[in-house]
Amino acid sequence: MTDRSNFRRQAPVRAVDPPRLFLLFAVHLVLAAVAVSARPASAQGSALVGIPDSSAVEAQNLRAIDTPNDRGESVNLSWEPAAIEAKDPAAVFGYVIERAESTDGPFREVGRVVAGTREFVEADSLRDGVAYFYRVRTERPGGVLSGVAAIAGPVISKGQLFDKRKTVTCIATVLFCLTVVWLIQHARRGKAMYIRPIPGLSAVDEAIGRATEMGRPILFVPGLGGSSDVATLAAFTLLGRVGLKTAEYQSSLIVPCYDPIVMTIAQEIVKSSYLGAGRPEMYRQDDVFFVTQDQFSYTAAVNGIMLRERPATNFYIGKFYAESLVLAETGNLAGSIQIAGTDEITQIPFFVAACDYTLIGEELYASSAYLSQEPPLLGTLKAQDYAKAVTVLVLILGVIAALLHHDWFVKLFLVE
Amino acid sequence: MQRLLPRIITFVCGMFLAIQYFIPHKSSEKVYETSIDWLIIVGVFAIVLGILSLVTVNLEKIRRKSAGYRHAWVLLAGLVFMVVAGIVTGTGQDGLFLRLGYNAILNPITATMFALLAFYIASAAYRAFRARSVLATILLLSAIIVMLGRVPAGEVIPGIPWLTDWLINVPNMAAKRAITIGLGLGGSATALKIVLGIEAPHLR
Repeated sequence: MTDRSNFRRQAPVRAVDPPRLFLLFAVHLVLAAVAVSARPASAQGSALVGIPDSSAVEAQNLRAIDTPNDRGESVNLSWEPAAIEAKDPAAVFGYVIERAESTDGPFREVGRVVAGTREFVEADSLRDGVAYFYRVRTERPGGVLSGVAAIAGPVISKGQLFDKRKTVTCIATVLFCLTVVWLIQHARRGKAMYIRPIPGLSAVDEAIGRATEMGRPILFVPGLGGSSDVATLAAFTLLGRVGLKTAEYQSSLIVPCYDPIVMTIAQEIVKSSYLGAGRPEMYRQDDVFFVTQDQFSYTAAVNGIMLRERPATNFYIGKFYAESLVLAETGNLAGSIQIAGTDEITQIPFFVAACDYTLIGEELYASSAYLSQEPPLLGTLKAQDYAKAVTVLVLILGVIAALLHHDWFVKLFLVE
Repeated sequence: MQRLLPRIITFVCGMFLAIQYFIPHKSSEKVYETSIDWLIIVGVFAIVLGILSLVTVNLEKIRRKSAGYRHAWVLLAGLVFMVVAGIVTGTGQDGLFLRLGYNAILNPITATMFALLAFYIASAAYRAFRARSVLATILLLSAIIVMLGRVPAGEVIPGIPWLTDWLINVPNMAAKRAITIGLGLGGSATALKIVLGIEAPHLR
């Protein structure tokens, strides 16, 4: 039997009180927010407060490829920025790049980049031939890290055997070499080749003859370049010719050197030239000597030689910098005939102003061919002329193509 | 063989370094770096030859009492002083005498030499700018315009800044590029001549 009286003693069920319910809900909501914000950052994962969709804070479309045209041990990463960065740039502090050797990890940080960055070249102790996996996490202000949209990989780094960016240079070099070889053969068959007169080179023999007549020495300055500079190599070839003529005319030659290796080579060249002229007894090793490797000390020493020895002829052939005009002006004051040639474009005007003859541009490299008229050397000189003609033609075609908006032609010759 | 062997070595080294330019692989890079190291080592040994040459030439000048032989004394004294100072007091910040040699003697002297350039430029410009022909007159006028355009007073003259920029960026740049192309081709041809052994002045 049911005791109904107990029912009557129970408190009556009250109707729903909206303000009370709302207050209760608000208190719960505040308590929940406080609880979530009190959790450590690492515990939050991709569930970020105020960001309902975690993909909005994650970098998208991560791509990892072996860096092209490189030495190896490098991987290129690219990604699209987190959506939140576009809406509010201040909401993203940067991106953290992590690497692992398997998709399961462990991932370790290999780099950090600031917000706005879309690419990263990873070369942090990478090993070629090993498969790597990458992920990028968005770093928000306060060091909060996002989750990961995707893992990129596997990517294997390796060094390339050909730099594709240099394809045009490679083709041009091969064509130029073939042209040189072909023209050398052509010249050897006895085909006459016209070489335009170069006053600076035509004056070499005359200048050496003048020194002989005056009984004064010839000064040959090979510049400040090292033995690996092409201008110094050109100086060596002209020095060989000057040495030969000096020995023939029984004049004397002074070669002050800036570089000890250049000095050693110059000594050998002058010695060979004297030997070639049949006068080895005239060669004195002390005529080709080392001065110093300090630019203006060298200049002062050479100036001193000019003013004391009063050479009849000065040759400035090789690499010259700020000392070019100081040397050339002193030689001018000393009353010497001066022939200069350098590949330093900024120094050419100084030589033009102060010297009697200046070898401009490729004339510097034409000395041996011009003076000896040997077929193989003339062949190389002619090849230079053909190459210049082709270059001018390509330049004209490039201008026309650019004017007609045929960009493909211009891009064909782009060298990165 | 005495002439052939150097040519073979030149050819092999030259070809290798030319091909190496197109190979970015780290092995190729390593070989290139090693060859540069060799060059440095050879250079260090060559310094000894250089100093020997310097000492020999200057001792000979002193012995013969040739013109300016007193300068040879100064040079040899300076050489010995710097070597002794470096060995005795060290080459670092504590090397008092070495620093003194550089900062109190060498640097002011080289700075003086460099400063002389201004006067040499003035005298060379005077000769170069004499209007003796049409070309020299064009050179003179161009130089005046560029000089004016590069000083504050010239900037207030209408047309001068524009003309200065045009002279530098159009005719001057065209000439410079033409010379650069010529130099590039000439340099390549010279390198090729040496690599192929067509030109070897030291092996005559």
